[in-house]
Amino acid sequence: MRGLKSLLWPSWFPVSRKLKSEPEGQRFPRVVPAGDSAILIELGSEIAPEISSMVFALTDLIKDAGLNSGLEVLPTYRSVLVYYDPLVCSYSEMFDAVNGAVERLVEPVNVNSSLKIIEIPVVYGGDDGPDLDFVADHAEITEDAVIELHSGTDYRVYMLGFSPGFPYLGGLDERIAAPRLKTPRVLVPAGSVGIAESQTGVYPNAGPGGWRIIGRTSVPLFDVNSSTPSLITPATKVRFIPVDQHD
Amino acid sequence: MTKTSDPSIQVVRCGFMALVQDQGRFGFQELGVSVSGAADKEALDVGNILVGNSPESAAIEVMLGDFEIEFMESMMFALTGAETEASLDDVPVGRNLSYKAHAGSRLSLSNVRQGLRAYISVQGGIDTPIILGSRSTHITSGIGGFEGRALQPGDVLKVGGSELGDEYSSRCWDGYESPTDELSIRVVLGPQDDEFSESGIETFLSSTYVVSDQSNRQGLRLEGSAIESRNGRFDIVSDAVVNGSIQVPGDGKPIILLSDRQTTGGYLKIATVASVDIPRLGQVSPGNRITFSVVSVEESQQLFIESQDRLSSSINDLVGDQFFLRVSDTDISVGTAVSGSAEIVILDGIAYPIIVDEFIPDE
Repeated sequence: MRGLKSLLWPSWFPVSRKLKSEPEGQRFPRVVPAGDSAILIELGSEIAPEISSMVFALTDLIKDAGLNSGLEVLPTYRSVLVYYDPLVCSYSEMFDAVNGAVERLVEPVNVNSSLKIIEIPVVYGGDDGPDLDFVADHAEITEDAVIELHSGTDYRVYMLGFSPGFPYLGGLDERIAAPRLKTPRVLVPAGSVGIAESQTGVYPNAGPGGWRIIGRTSVPLFDVNSSTPSLITPATKVRFIPVDQHD
Repeated sequence: MTKTSDPSIQVVRCGFMALVQDQGRFGFQELGVSVSGAADKEALDVGNILVGNSPESAAIEVMLGDFEIEFMESMMFALTGAETEASLDDVPVGRNLSYKAHAGSRLSLSNVRQGLRAYISVQGGIDTPIILGSRSTHITSGIGGFEGRALQPGDVLKVGGSELGDEYSSRCWDGYESPTDELSIRVVLGPQDDEFSESGIETFLSSTYVVSDQSNRQGLRLEGSAIESRNGRFDIVSDAVVNGSIQVPGDGKPIILLSDRQTTGGYLKIATVASVDIPRLGQVSPGNRITFSVVSVEESQQLFIESQDRLSSSINDLVGDQFFLRVSDTDISVGTAVSGSAEIVILDGIAYPIIVDEFIPDE
């Protein structure tokens, strides 16, 4: 396949500071300040595997090069945020360093590169998935068909957010998209697997939540006492495996 | 060197909310872990310096006063941040000073006169378990601090056994500026300022916003003129946010994100508060008024660098400027008068009230 660079940004070089008059589609990438201690590289404005692949490739480049003295690098759907210490490095120095990294992204980024797959066993329906029947009714298919569709896709982890270890997953079959609850539940058990519009996700910790809960996993997803606390990490894929009962 | 063994303090009274906080939890934002940390980092920094702690030491952040602790061992402490009425046993305690408390002494905070959050720093720092690299409490996710929650009466907090050099003397900090009800906050525009119309930016920079009572450690919601976006849309595909990010949701009213913010947000961000002004937002109460002015990112960095220099240069050992008190016909060397009214003096690190019977001029 052709390099993403040429697919997404016909005029790649030079990486410009933000040009307000540029037409949509040529605005990215752009490098802008997020205050005096962070710099933001926007790679797009949509949820798309191509943009996500660029985000993770750039994140790795910046981390590997240690551009920001090892401070945090935060990848999202569409951008990479790089924290730095203004006592150590000025904005213009950081701007040049980050632009250098963006320019090194010339290699084609393989969208379908072999992302690690994390398997999550799920008990669908019943007490574990009180909204499975709603989702089935809404989709006008059987509960088994919902389970088959939901577990039949490997979901790309675009980013984590909302709460510790909560993955934003892409790739839900549109046939089982379902509206959120009108009134969120006060307490959703840890491990609950839910659907909200065309998103699906899993709640690592118990808490309030408004997603339609179709199942639950008993696999621990987030452990604050571990140095690698989250089972699901960015730049991976998640596969839900239907099981009859919890281990 | 003097060393204390297994010192601790106990919470006696807790009116509103008190939390263990340090600089914050960094390194796990990409896993969705909020940074949290002290809302007024300047007050935390000052407190740590005053009691001889390293900058990463944890303190107690007390919202709205009404809080009391008992020192189980003798230790240095300092009170910084909001202006509170405070006393050690029955002796008034000043802010931005280090004191020595004896075992069994009680430090009591009553009303807040100005500001919102006071900080109690103790020698060695509050020693709750380090979770994901920090002792900060993040209430929403129940991570860190004392069992992941706000402090309650009866909680016993371990205090790190720090060593203070023999040369350590009481310190004061004179860089303090009183919190005000009307704040002028400097911002760096962006990262999405170009998604707002010119009149939207003009509205943002010319309006006075009032802090709503829907504000907390996650952020300050502001009431005031609605800000117009360029194409009427405010929602974006989620993007990273930082301390001081100013989001504008669909109602056009800005929200300033603070310590307990989530790691990402789905609204356009018109500007980001200059680091030098973020600690002041930790002292803001509902009803306070805020206006915004723009600085360049370079100016913002320079302001921050200067503030860090000022922080350390404003700390003074209370050894110079000694004066004498005549007590029972004996001259006693005493440290500096602590406040303008000299109602307290510090002698060998211990605070004493002054009750002037008779003033004898220096001969």
